[in-house]
Amino acid sequence: MAMTETTATGLRVPFTLRVEPRLEVPRWLGAVTSAGALILAFVIGGGIIALAGGDPIRSYQHIFKAAFGSVGVLNDTLVKATPLILVGLACALAFRMRLWNIGAEGQFFLGAWGASAVVLIPLLPKTAPRPLMLLVMALAGFACGALWAWLPGYLRARLNVNEVVTTLMMNYIAVSWVLYWVFGAWSEGGFQMSPVFPKNAWLPRLTDYAGAVEAFAGLTLHLGFLFGLIAAVLVWFILQRSRWGYEIRLIGDNPRAAHYAGVNMVRNTVLVMMLSGGLAGLAGMSEIAGVVHRLQGAISPGYGFTGIIVAWLAKLNPFAVVLVSVLFGGLILAGREIQPSGVPRMLQGVILFCVIASDVLLRYRVRIVRRGAE
Amino acid sequence: MIDWIIVLQAGVATGTVLLFATVGEILAERSGVMNLGVEGMMLIGAMTAYKTAVLIGQPWLGVLFAMLAAGALSLLHALVTISFQADQVVSGLATNFMGIGLSLVLGEGLSKAGTVALLPSYTVPILSSIPIIGPIFFTNHSVMVYVGYLLTPAVWFYINRTRPGLHLRAVGEYPAAADALGINVYRLRYQYVFVGGVLAGLAGATISLAVSPGWFSELTTSGQGWIAIGLVIFAQWDPWRALAGAYMFGAVRRLILDLQGPQTLLGLANPFYYMPKLGFFLQMLPYALVILILFIGSREAMRKRIGAPAALGTPYVRGERG
Repeated sequence: MAMTETTATGLRVPFTLRVEPRLEVPRWLGAVTSAGALILAFVIGGGIIALAGGDPIRSYQHIFKAAFGSVGVLNDTLVKATPLILVGLACALAFRMRLWNIGAEGQFFLGAWGASAVVLIPLLPKTAPRPLMLLVMALAGFACGALWAWLPGYLRARLNVNEVVTTLMMNYIAVSWVLYWVFGAWSEGGFQMSPVFPKNAWLPRLTDYAGAVEAFAGLTLHLGFLFGLIAAVLVWFILQRSRWGYEIRLIGDNPRAAHYAGVNMVRNTVLVMMLSGGLAGLAGMSEIAGVVHRLQGAISPGYGFTGIIVAWLAKLNPFAVVLVSVLFGGLILAGREIQPSGVPRMLQGVILFCVIASDVLLRYRVRIVRRGAE
Repeated sequence: MIDWIIVLQAGVATGTVLLFATVGEILAERSGVMNLGVEGMMLIGAMTAYKTAVLIGQPWLGVLFAMLAAGALSLLHALVTISFQADQVVSGLATNFMGIGLSLVLGEGLSKAGTVALLPSYTVPILSSIPIIGPIFFTNHSVMVYVGYLLTPAVWFYINRTRPGLHLRAVGEYPAAADALGINVYRLRYQYVFVGGVLAGLAGATISLAVSPGWFSELTTSGQGWIAIGLVIFAQWDPWRALAGAYMFGAVRRLILDLQGPQTLLGLANPFYYMPKLGFFLQMLPYALVILILFIGSREAMRKRIGAPAALGTPYVRGERG
C-alpha cells in the first residue's frame, strides 16, 4: 500500500509529521483511544461550561458526587444505566451490521406501551401470578419493540429505503401513539398518565428483600439490570460465537463479499433490525415495570439516543456497553440537577465527536521523521 | 370551513424553513458528504438568531450569526468525516447532539425574553393581485420566503449549468476522476458541507425570527431537520423538487392545526373537534408522510435507475481504490 503523506504544516522545522496507515492495530489501542477521547471530551466540555458562565471544576465534582458518591446514588446510577445497557446493546447489534437503527427511542416507547397494555387492557387479570405477569409483560415489550422496527427493516431490505430517516420518523410517531393512550383510554382522571400498576406487575427490587438483607433497604435497583447483563452475554454470544453472528459481522465488514458468499441479506436485515428493536422494547418494559410503574409521556430523557453514543463509545463490544452505560447513567442522573440543563446533552455530543475523531488513530499512525532522513 | 388559500399560504411560509435546510443538504450530499446533523444545526441557528435579536436588537445580524454558527458546527462534521474519514452517519448524529446540547446550554432563559424585532414582511405589488397565486405566494410573506424563491432557481442553475457546479457533481459521483482532473476533492467537500451548514442556520433563523418567532428549546425545530433529510431523498437531489416537497410539508403542518378547529368537516361532524385526543394521529401525519414518500421515491428510483450521488457516504482517500 502506498504511503499517504498529508502533512499540512507550513512550519520550517527539522522534523516532519508523517501520517501513514497502520497495518496492524494493537489490541490495547482501542481502549486507550476511547479513554483518551473521553478525557479530551470532558476538557472541551469544561471549556464550554466556562464560556457559558459556569464553573467547570465544580460542575464535574458535582456530577461525580451526585453519580458515584455514595451507595444510595450509585444505586440510582445503576437504575439509570439499566435502560441504557439494553438500548446500547440494541444499537451495538444493529451497528455491527452497519444497519443504522436510530429508532431505539421509539422502540423503547412501544415496548413500554406493550408492557402497559398487558396490565391496562388488560390482557391478563389483575390477580395473575407475578412471574407470569412479568414474563408476559417482558414478551409484549420485546414483541412491540421488534414490530416497530420491522417496518424500517423491511423497507430497507426490500426497497433500499434509508433506515436512518425511517427509524427516526418512527420515533415521533411512537411518542404520539403513547400520548394518545395516556391522554385517552388509559388516562387516570384526565391526567396525562395511566393508573399505577398493581404490585404483581412491578419488577422485584433490592429493597423488597430488605427483610432478609438489611443493607438492601431503600435500594431501588430492579431485576431489569439483570435483564441487561443477560442480554449482554447473549448479544456477545450471537455476534462472536454463532454462525448468524458471523454473517452479521461479514455483512458489516464487506456487504459485497457477504452477498457473493450467499448470505441472505434481506432476512438478516429484517431479523437484526427486529432483534435490535426488541431489545430496545425490553428496555421500555424494564423501565415501566421497574421504575415508573405506570405509563406516562415522560418516561425517557432520550435513552434511545444516548444508547447510540454508548454503543459507539463501547466500540460495539457488548461487555463494554455495560461499563459505558454505568458511566452515562451517572451523567444522566447528575445532569438532572446541574444548570444549565443542556449540559449533559452537550457533553454527550462532545464525547461522541471525540470518540469518532480518535478512531483515526486506529487506522493511521503519526510518525515524527527527521527531514531528509528517508 | 378550511380556507385552502390560507393553508397554502402558510405552507409556503413554513415550507421555506424546510426549503433552506433541504437545499443545503442537497449541496452537501451532491459533494458526497451526508450530514445528518441538520436538526442540530437548525437549532443552533434558531438559537443564535433569536439571542442576537434579543441582545442587540438587530434581526439581520441575527441571521448572519445564525448562518456562521451553524456553518462552524458543520465544519466539525467536515473535519471528522473528510479529514479523519470517520463514518458520516455517526458523525452526523454527533453533530446533531452537539447542536441540540449547545443550543440548550446557550439558549438558557431565552424563552422568557419577551418581544424582539423580527424580520420584515412584504406584499409584492401587482403580483399579489393575481387570483389564487397572488395571495398564496406574494401577500404578506416574510422576506425569507422571497429569498427562497430566488435561491431555488439559483442553486439549480449553479448545479446543472455552471462549471463549479460540474465540479461539485464530479466530486460527489466519482472523486478519483475529479482528483485526476486537478479538482481539490477535500477542499470542495469542506466548502459544500459548510454551505449546507450555513443554509441550515438560515433555516433556523427563519423559524425563530420569522415563521414562528421565539425560542422553545427543542420544540423550536420539532424534527424539521430530519424531515429535510427525508425530503432530500424525495427530491432526488434536485432543488425544484425540494421546493415542491418543502411547500407541501409546510401546508400539511398548517392543515393539521386547521383540521382541529371547525365543528363540521365536509358537512359531517368533525371527529378531531369532538375527540381532541385524535389530534395525536394528526401529529403523526408529517412523519408518516416522510416514510410514505421515501417508499414511493425508492420504488421510482429503482424503476428509473436513478439514485444518490455515487460517492455519497464514502470518504475519499487518495490512492485507494474506490
